[in-house]
Amino acid sequence: MPTSKRLYGNRLAILAPLATVVVLASLALAFFQAPIEADQGFSQKIIYIHVPLAITTLIGFIYGGICAIQYLRSGDPRDDLRSYTAIHQSLIFCIGALLTGMIWAKASWGQWWVWDEPTLVSFLIVFLLYCTYQPLRFSIEDPERQSRYAAVFAVVAGAFVPLNFIAVRLADPLIHPRVLGTAEGGLTNGMKPAFYLGILGALLLFFTLCRYEMANKHTRAQLRALRRRFGQDAPARAGRSSAPEVPAR
Amino acid sequence: MSAPQQARAAAAGVEQATKPRQVGILAATGAVLGKELRLERRAPQTLVAMAIFSATAFVIFHFALQRDALEGGLAAGVLWVTLTLAALLGIGRSFVADRDEGGLDGFLLAPVDRSALLAAKVLTLLAFLVAIELVAVPLFALLLLEPTPSAGQWLQLAAVLALADIGIAVIGTLVAAMAVRTRARDLITSILVLPLCIPLIIGASQASEPLLSAGTGGAPARWLAVLALYDLIFGLLAWALFDYLVED
Repeated sequence: MPTSKRLYGNRLAILAPLATVVVLASLALAFFQAPIEADQGFSQKIIYIHVPLAITTLIGFIYGGICAIQYLRSGDPRDDLRSYTAIHQSLIFCIGALLTGMIWAKASWGQWWVWDEPTLVSFLIVFLLYCTYQPLRFSIEDPERQSRYAAVFAVVAGAFVPLNFIAVRLADPLIHPRVLGTAEGGLTNGMKPAFYLGILGALLLFFTLCRYEMANKHTRAQLRALRRRFGQDAPARAGRSSAPEVPAR
Repeated sequence: MSAPQQARAAAAGVEQATKPRQVGILAATGAVLGKELRLERRAPQTLVAMAIFSATAFVIFHFALQRDALEGGLAAGVLWVTLTLAALLGIGRSFVADRDEGGLDGFLLAPVDRSALLAAKVLTLLAFLVAIELVAVPLFALLLLEPTPSAGQWLQLAAVLALADIGIAVIGTLVAAMAVRTRARDLITSILVLPLCIPLIIGASQASEPLLSAGTGGAPARWLAVLALYDLIFGLLAWALFDYLVED
C-alpha cells in the first residue's frame, strides 16, 4: 500500500540525503577550513558538534511541547505522534550533547564534570526530567489517556526548560570563564560557516530521524491492519507500549 | 411514553433542577478544601507521616554528616532536602482517597468548574506543608541549626518557605492528578516531582543560605523573585492544563 510512501517516502527521499550532505559538509568545514582556536587548540573543534546538538535538543523539546498543545486542541493522534517522536529524538540528542559537553569539559578544564558550567548542569536537569516521559506513558494503559497525559507532561516540561535555564544560570557565581557564552560572540569569521552549517545539519538530522520514526510507526500499524484483514492472528494493539498508537489508514 | 422519551424528559428535568443551583467556584473550592481538612482531622494520616519523616530525616542527617550543628549552605541543604521529600509523601497521598472511594467521580458529576478541584487540592497541600513546617523548622533550629536567626531573619525565612511551598503545592497537585491514574503511582510521582522541583530548590536554598549563616544577612531579593516567577508560571500552566487530567 503506497500511503506510507505518499506520506513520508518523498520527503524522506529528499531529507535524508540532504541531512547527510549538510552534516558531512559542516564536519569537513570544521576540520579543514575553520582555524584552530588560539586558546584551546584542537579541542575547541568540538563546539561544531556539541553546540548544534545542544541547540537542536532544546528546539526539539520545545517543538514537542508545541505539538502537545496542538494535540490537546485537536485530539489528532498524529499530533501526539509528532510530540512523542520529537521528545524521543531530543532525548537521544540530549545524551549526545551531555557526552560531548563532558568531553569538552575534560579537554579544557581537566575534569569530566564541572558544576559551575550552568548550561551543562541545566542539560542534566532537563535530561532527568524528560527521562520520565517514557515511564509515564508506559504506566498508563488506556491509549487515549496516555496521549492526553503525555501531552500535559510535554507542555509542562516545555515551559520548564527555559525557567530551569534561568534558575541554574543565576545560581552560577560567574567565577569561571564563560567559554560557551563567548561561543557565538567570540566566533571569528572563519569559524562561522562551519558553526552555522553544523546547526543546520543537526536540525536536518533531527527532523529526518523524526520522520523515519513516524514512518516506521505508521508502517507497522498498517502492516498489522493488513494482517488482520487477511485473517492472520494479529492483535489490534501491539501489546502495552509507551509509543502512541497510530490508526492505520 | 417510550423509554428514550422518558430518559430525555428525565434529563431535561435534571437540567432544570440543577441549573438554578449552579455552585460558584469559590463555594466549590471551599467545600472540597473543607472535606480534605476534615478528613485529615478525623483520621490523621498524611500529616503525622510527614512530621515523623521530617524528624527522622534530621536525625539521619546528624549521623550521616557526622555534624552536631549546621550553618549556611549545608543547613539550607538539609532543610530543603527534608522538606521536599516530606512534601513527596503528602503529594503521593493527595488524590488516592478520591480515587479509591469514588470522590473523583462524584466531583466530576457535580455541576462545578473543574478548576475548583485544582484550587482545593493546591490549598490542601499548601496547608499541609505550612503545618509541617511549623513543626519541622523549629525542630531543625533546635536540633541542628547553630547560629540562631534574628526575628527579621525568621520573617524572611517564612517568606521563602511560603513562596517555595506554593510552587511545590502547584507542581505536586498537577503531578498527583496525573500519577493517580497510572499503574506505577508512587514511582511516577517521585520521578516527576523531583526534577520539576529543582529550580525551586535552587531558589529556596540560595535565598535561605544567608538567613541560616552567622551574621545578619537577608534573603537576596532576586531569588525571591525567581521563586515568585516560578509559582506564577506553573500556577497558570496548572490552571490551563488541569481540565485535561480529570476529563473522564
